[in-house]
Parts: sequence; structure tokens; C-alpha cells
Amino acid sequence: MSVLEVRALSKAFGGVRAVNDVAFVVEPGEFLAMIGPNGAGKSTCFNMINGQLAPDSGEILLEGKNIAGLAPRAIWRLGVGRTFQVAATFGSMTVVENVQMALLSHAGEIYRFWRPVAQMHRVRALDLLGQVGMQDAADRPSRELAYGDVKRIELAIALANEPRLLLMDEPTAGMAPRERNELIALVKRLVVERGVSVLFTEHSMDVVFAYADRIIVLARGRVIADGNAAAIRDNAKVREVYFGTGKTFAGAAS
Amino acid sequence: MTFSAFLFQALNGLSTASGLFFIAVGLSLIFGVSRIINIAHGSLYMLGTYIAYTFATHIDGGLGYWGGIVATALIVGVLGALIEIVLLRRIYRAPELFQLLATFALVLVINDATLWLWGPEDLLGPRAPGLRGAIEVFGRQLPSYDLFLIFIGPLVLILLHFALARTRFGRLVRAATQDREMVGALGVNQAVLFTSVFALGALLAGLGGALQVAREPANLATDLVAIGDAFVVVVVGGMGSISGAYLAAVIIAEVKALCIGIGVVDFGFVTVNFSKFTLVAEFLVMAAVLIARPYGLLGKPQAAVRSIAEPEEPIRPATPMLKTLAVIVLALLMCLPLLAQSSPYLLILGIDVLIAVIFATSLHFIMGPGGMHSFGHAAYFGLGAYGAALLVKWLGAPMGIALLVAPLAALAGALLFGWFAVRLSGVYLAMLTLAFAQIVWAAVFQWEGFTGGSNGVIGVWPPPPFDKSWVFFVLTLLLAIAAVLLLRRLLFAPFGYAMRAGRDSVLRAEAIGIDVKRVHWLAFAIAGGICGVAGGLFAFAKGSISPETISVGRSIDGLVMVLLGGIQTLTGPIVGASLYALLQDTVMRQTEYWRALLGIIILVLVLAFPQGIVGAAAHLFGKRRAP
Repeated sequence: MSVLEVRALSKAFGGVRAVNDVAFVVEPGEFLAMIGPNGAGKSTCFNMINGQLAPDSGEILLEGKNIAGLAPRAIWRLGVGRTFQVAATFGSMTVVENVQMALLSHAGEIYRFWRPVAQMHRVRALDLLGQVGMQDAADRPSRELAYGDVKRIELAIALANEPRLLLMDEPTAGMAPRERNELIALVKRLVVERGVSVLFTEHSMDVVFAYADRIIVLARGRVIADGNAAAIRDNAKVREVYFGTGKTFAGAAS
Repeated sequence: MTFSAFLFQALNGLSTASGLFFIAVGLSLIFGVSRIINIAHGSLYMLGTYIAYTFATHIDGGLGYWGGIVATALIVGVLGALIEIVLLRRIYRAPELFQLLATFALVLVINDATLWLWGPEDLLGPRAPGLRGAIEVFGRQLPSYDLFLIFIGPLVLILLHFALARTRFGRLVRAATQDREMVGALGVNQAVLFTSVFALGALLAGLGGALQVAREPANLATDLVAIGDAFVVVVVGGMGSISGAYLAAVIIAEVKALCIGIGVVDFGFVTVNFSKFTLVAEFLVMAAVLIARPYGLLGKPQAAVRSIAEPEEPIRPATPMLKTLAVIVLALLMCLPLLAQSSPYLLILGIDVLIAVIFATSLHFIMGPGGMHSFGHAAYFGLGAYGAALLVKWLGAPMGIALLVAPLAALAGALLFGWFAVRLSGVYLAMLTLAFAQIVWAAVFQWEGFTGGSNGVIGVWPPPPFDKSWVFFVLTLLLAIAAVLLLRRLLFAPFGYAMRAGRDSVLRAEAIGIDVKRVHWLAFAIAGGICGVAGGLFAFAKGSISPETISVGRSIDGLVMVLLGGIQTLTGPIVGASLYALLQDTVMRQTEYWRALLGIIILVLVLAFPQGIVGAAAHLFGKRRAP
């Protein structure tokens, strides 16, 4: 069974059909990129899958169960981790405490009133931080970190509930090219190790074409292409929405 | 009530609405542009009435009255500009709500200045020259001055509307209301903009106050009454919306007029005097509006205010130094009963301070780590106090039971009100909590048969051995220690972390499965319950309670204590509460003008320690330790 199957998903804002009859699947272990020009409906699509927005119509099946319209926290409980376009962490906590929060929530221990957090799940949290290369920063306030490091922390948080699907909204937005490649390589390695499926949106084409197993292209709310890097590169419709006609991705991908 | 009487009441309501509009619109403009909640706005309104009175009684005829009203508005406008330049400008960069503390200090100073200048008596001005008569409407006499007021409100509304729509100043005001950082980034001189908006708001408040001079006597209690009404109007209408302010002013004034108009109604099985519901009515309207339309009738969702306060440090367990300090303080407190013979007053003061500590610590719990700025924490103090006192009065319950019921009563109230409150945030949450506190206050005040009304409940004395003040002191001390340690423990436990997580980033917290509303609701209830302990102790310590226990003043006291100590530190509320309670006591015994003195002390503290006292100490200490 597919990890995620989206069927006939639609959402309109006023008269604008931001997402129009979109359908696609994410297979187990797949690293799937969703691309498209600004205003193509990527974020709207994403926000419906993660529960931030309720769709007007259509189904979102997570391992066969319809999750359309559920609250973000309910979707998280079903095994969907996520990172944000603008990284969000708990600024008044240390790095390791940020990860501990996710572990506490996963263990159903939020409503515990007595035992101090300090040692709860700390070992596991440090282990997760180790996997993203941030163990040394464990006891620093998370608000002091550089942006690229915050993105790594978010990844550690997102992996805390052993997700089967990871949603990453522009994981490399605001990062320098080298940082960008390092982060995506790290994500790719972790998901391969753990067998997690990833759906991510991305603006930097070098990242997409170098790492994605498959690419979905959205334009004006519809899926216009779905295939591997080579197929997308050669797709006439894709070239048209990105460049008008005549140019190719050859330059961007090199 | 006949239909014509009904219409007549409606006209009356419209003339009241104009007065409400003048004060609310200025408050709304100032908040929109500078994000300052100017508590002193009611004081400016009150000053307007006093100054206009002086003009009208010292200069004869139309010039003294009408000229005086114009001059008053200008004088109050200039005063507003001065306040902004001298005081507020220095603290725009201070943590959120610190400006509130400063404007509250101004309330105290202005109130005493007015007392000093005009004396304590109510002053009723002369009737307006040219509008002394009345005209017959619906078979009743409507003063022509009221008719004039009915029209002046909408007139000013239209003028303001055009000023904001057509002038450069108006465009800047509207732009700043939407995104003031952007306006600053575009090179607009913010200092001038802020000053002029503050001056305009003050001018309108002064005008509103001055216009009341022929209708109502100038009175020293006007400031807090007016600011309470203005808050309701602004929140109902929507922050920053001028038309909303007028609409809300009309609704509130009409609802009040209607309550008075209906009067006593006999339903057969029960007789209800609706004119007693005026106080509850406006706050019920506000609560209903906020629940249905969280941003007010014509308001828009506020742009996220980017935090300009210094971000908070992660919480750490107490250092050995802090622990030693705590032990020394507790040891000293334990020694206080030894002085019971020589200076009994010290113990009474000690009890007051400890009750204040419980009150402030419980408020800090939701304000600091929870990020919920409650302006109505007195409600839970009052529920605790009345819960205990009424149990003693009606059932003759022993003190132990009463002190157990106090937190439970407060907890129940906090569970009910908190459910609504956590659905809002920022200033709207603050106003809703204030509304709930006022509803509790009004219920206690007007339900005479059960609560004793304005007389309160008397004879709530503790039984032996607690009738000795040192024994009661020890009881209070133990409960205070328990309350403080319990709240602290909660903050270090997963629940406290989840509460902070929800404050730091709702988005992230929800994305890791935390139900932020539920966590904050529970936190609100816990804080209410602990606050109820303080209320219960207060009832027995004083032997009597009155509706004063739940007044706006007490809620503000709590805010001052928390902000004074420093909202970002866990020991802050303890230091703030102790200092404020001691200050209040000392200053009150020094001079008749204790409010002004207290206000000035607060102002100095605000200007010297914009992070609160403990915050400043930690900062200093941290700096010294750094290499």
C-alpha cells in the first residue's frame, strides 16, 4: 500500500482555485519532490496534508486511512513528521529540550505534573541530535543557533515520533548552497536508513534534480507532470511553465 | 414600558454613546499605532471634565463654556504629547506590557494631582449657555444639550474618517496600524508620528471629558470607570477601527439605557430589577462579541507583533546561591513571630505580603511561562475570598473547610472563564479576562441577598489558635511556601514545558502533538485555583471582605507586582509582590498623596529597570560573570 495517496484534492480561496483536482501517491521509502512556480498551489496542498487547512473536497489517505480535515496534532500522532518553511523551535528552551518535548509528547507524557523534564528521554534526544550532527549544541538555547543548525534541530524533532512520512516545506529555504546540499544529503541518508517516505517542496532545482526519486510538478493548482528527473527535464509543459519555451533545465541541474 | 418611553431611552443612550466614543476612539488610535494600552486614558478624560469646569466657572458666558471646552481639548492634547515625549518614548523598546505599567503609574499620579488641585468634592459645572432648555420628544423633556451630544459624536466620527482617509497623516496612521515596522523601514519619522497620534488621542479624550461638564459632576473615580468602559467599547468595536468604536459605543450605551428603561419586571415567580444589570450587561455584551468575533465587530486580525523584548533564557534549577538565599529569607520569616509582642503590626504586614506573593506567583504562572496576560486575576482571588467567607456566613463552616473550598471555588471559575479565554490571545485575551472579572464583581456587588452587596461579608474571623496573629502568620507562610514550590515544580515538569512550548510557537507545538489550548486552559485553571488560596487567606486575615476584593484595582496590582519583579524570571513575582506590598504599606502611611508617590516610584523603577528588578539583577550578574 502507498504511504500517502491523495485523491481529487481541491481547495478554493474565494474564486481562486488554489488546488484543483490534485492526485498523487507517495510510495514507501520514496523521496518525492513537489515543485512548481510561485502560486502553483504547493503550500496549499502541503497545508491540507498536514492538517493546517481543511480541503473543500477530495481524500488524503495515510496508509489507507482518510486524514482530510484532521487537526495537525492528530495527523502527527498517526506518524507524520514535519518541518516548516520558516523553521520553528521553542526559543526559550535548549536544543535538547526541544527534542525532549517531541519525545515526551510521543510517549503521551505531556500531562505529567511532578517529575522534572531534565532527565526524561534525554539519552534518546541526544542520540537523535547526534544523528543530525548537533549533539555538541545540546545544552545551548535554541534561539542562539545559526539558521542552518535550526533546520537540523527541526529534523531531529520531526524524527522523534518515528514517522513513516516526513513532510518538509522548503527544507533548504534561506540556506547557502553548500549548507543546502549537506542538509538534503543528511535527510536522504536518514530516510534511507529508516525507510521513511519524504514529501518535500523545494525551489532550488539543483537539490531537486540531484536527490529526488520522483518529481511532481504543480502549476495553477493542477498536477502537470509526474515522473523521474529525466522525464521532468524533457517535459514540454514543465519547460513552458518555468521558462516559457526554448530553455531547459540543463543549466540548473549541472 | 411603553413604546415611546422605549424610544426616549434609546435617544438617551445615543447621547451617552458620544461620550463613550470620544474616549474609546483615542484609546483605539493609540493602541493601533504604538501598541500601547494607555490605562491613563481615563485619567485624561477625567482631567478634561475638571479643566472645563474651571473655565466654565471662572469665565462668564459662552466664551467660558464653549471656549473653555475647546481650550481644554487643546490643553489635554498638549499634555498627552508631553507624556509621550517625556515618558513613553523611553520605553517603546521595553518588554511588552511594560508601557502598561508606566501608564498605570500615570493614573495614580494624575489622580492625586487632581485631588490636590481641585479637592475631593464632586464638582458640577454650569449648564451650557445657549442650550439650557429642553425640547419635547415622545411626550418627555429631552435636554437640548443631550440632543447636541447625540450629533457631535457622529460629526467627529466623520471628521476623523476624512482625516484618516484623505491626509498624509491619516495614511501614515493607517499604515502604522497595519505594520509599524514597515512604516519605520520606509523612512517615516516614527517619533513624530507616535507623538502626534498620542496627542490626538489625548485631545479627543479631553474633549469627551469637557463635554460632560454640564451633564455629570467631575469626580475623582471617573478615571477607572471611564477606562473600563473605553476598553469594552474598543474591544467590542475592534482595535484600531474608528467606525467600530462608534458602533460599539452605541451598542453598549443602548444596552445600558435599555436595562434602566426596563426597570423592575415581575415575572410572576420572580421579580427582576433590570436597572441593576447595567454593570454586568456591558461586560456580557463584550464577552459575547469576543467569543463570536474574536477581533471585535469591525476589527481585523492583528498582524503578529514581532517581539521586541529580549528573548527568554531557558529555565534552570535554582543555583546554590539562590537556594541559600531562599533558606536565609525563610529563616528570617520564621523569626518574625518572635517579634509578635513588641511589634504586632509587623506580623499583619507579613501576612499581607505573603498573600500578595501567592497572588502574584499564580498570575505570573500564566502570564510569564503561559504567555496569557490576564487583566482579571482578581476574579479568582475574589472567588476564593467569597467562597470561604460565604461558607462561614451561611453554613458556619470551620476555617479548615473554608480554606479548602476557596481554591475549589476559584478553580471552578477559572475552568469556566479559562475555556473562553484561551481561545483568544494578546490584548483580546487580556480584555476578556477583565470582562470576566468585572462580571464576577458586578454579580457580587448586585446580589445583595447572598453576598451582602457593597457591605460585603463581615465576621470571618479565624478560630483559636489561629486568632493569634503569629499562628495565622505561620499558616500563611506554610501555604505560601507550598504554593510557590508547587507552581515551580509544575514549571519544571513536562506540563510546564508544554505550556512554554505553546507560548513559544503554537505552530511547532501543535505539530508535535501538543493540544495547546487544552494545556493553556488547564494552566489557567491551576493558576486560578492557587490564587483562590490567597483569597481564602485574605478573608480570614481581614475578618471581612467587600466587592473591593475583586475590583479592577486588584487585578492591576497583580500586573504591577509581576512586571515589577520581572516577567521572565521565576523569582520575579516573589520579589515584585513583596516590594509592591511593602511599598504600598509604607507609602500609604507617609502621606495623604500616597498614590502619586507610589506612581512616581513605579515610574522610576520602570525607567531604571525595564526588565524588572530580578531581570535587571540577573542581567548584571550574568554580565559580571562573563569573561
